Amino acid sequence: MAERKVIDARGSFCPGPLMELIAGIKLIEIGDELEVLSSDKGSASDIPEWINKVGHEMVSTTEEDGVWHIVVRKTK
Amino acid sequence: MSTSKIFVMVVSGSLERLQMAAMVASVGAVSGNEVHVFLSMNALQYFIKGSDMSAPAEGPFGETMAQKNVPEFKTLFENAVELGDAKISPCSMAMDVLDVSSEDLEAYLAEPLGLTKFLSDSADSQVWSF
Repeated sequence: MAERKVIDARGSFCPGPLMELIAGIKLIEIGDELEVLSSDKGSASDIPEWINKVGHEMVSTTEEDGVWHIVVRKTK
Repeated sequence: MSTSKIFVMVVSGSLERLQMAAMVASVGAVSGNEVHVFLSMNALQYFIKGSDMSAPAEGPFGETMAQKNVPEFKTLFENAVELGDAKISPCSMAMDVLDVSSEDLEAYLAEPLGLTKFLSDSADSQVWSF
């Protein structure tokens, strides 16, 4: 059963949320998901860019009240 | 997926330049590139163990940045090594001038490096300097 962990990176600026995501991905299992909360607009495009480059899966990106919820799945 | 060899020479002691160097190194390293950083001149002093020096802002952006929750440049350099396998080498000339040895420097730095090797290793690669 895939798990989803939340990384609250609100208030942190680029590349903080990306670095927190990467540290988090190292700790989870393949198939598990991470949801990054970020108030930094730059990270909302940086993170999908990194995910696509490295080969994990973008699950969703939504924005609510200035907070981006970026969900990724570890594929390898 | 295309990756590059990225060489970053850091000599500045100012906040904005150190921050940008750290961002290039960390984002470059975690994106699968082979990153080598060369620390010399005014940049090296911040990497002496136990140093609590803060880098001075060069302009208004640095002053604003210092008040916001931006990751510290030293943390980003450490991220580059730990999350992205970057190599951060202190300049042997600068170490001699400051009279410091490897034991005096942060543990995540690599062996001291000289310009001859840096220049030959970085031929045909991206080279950035700050």
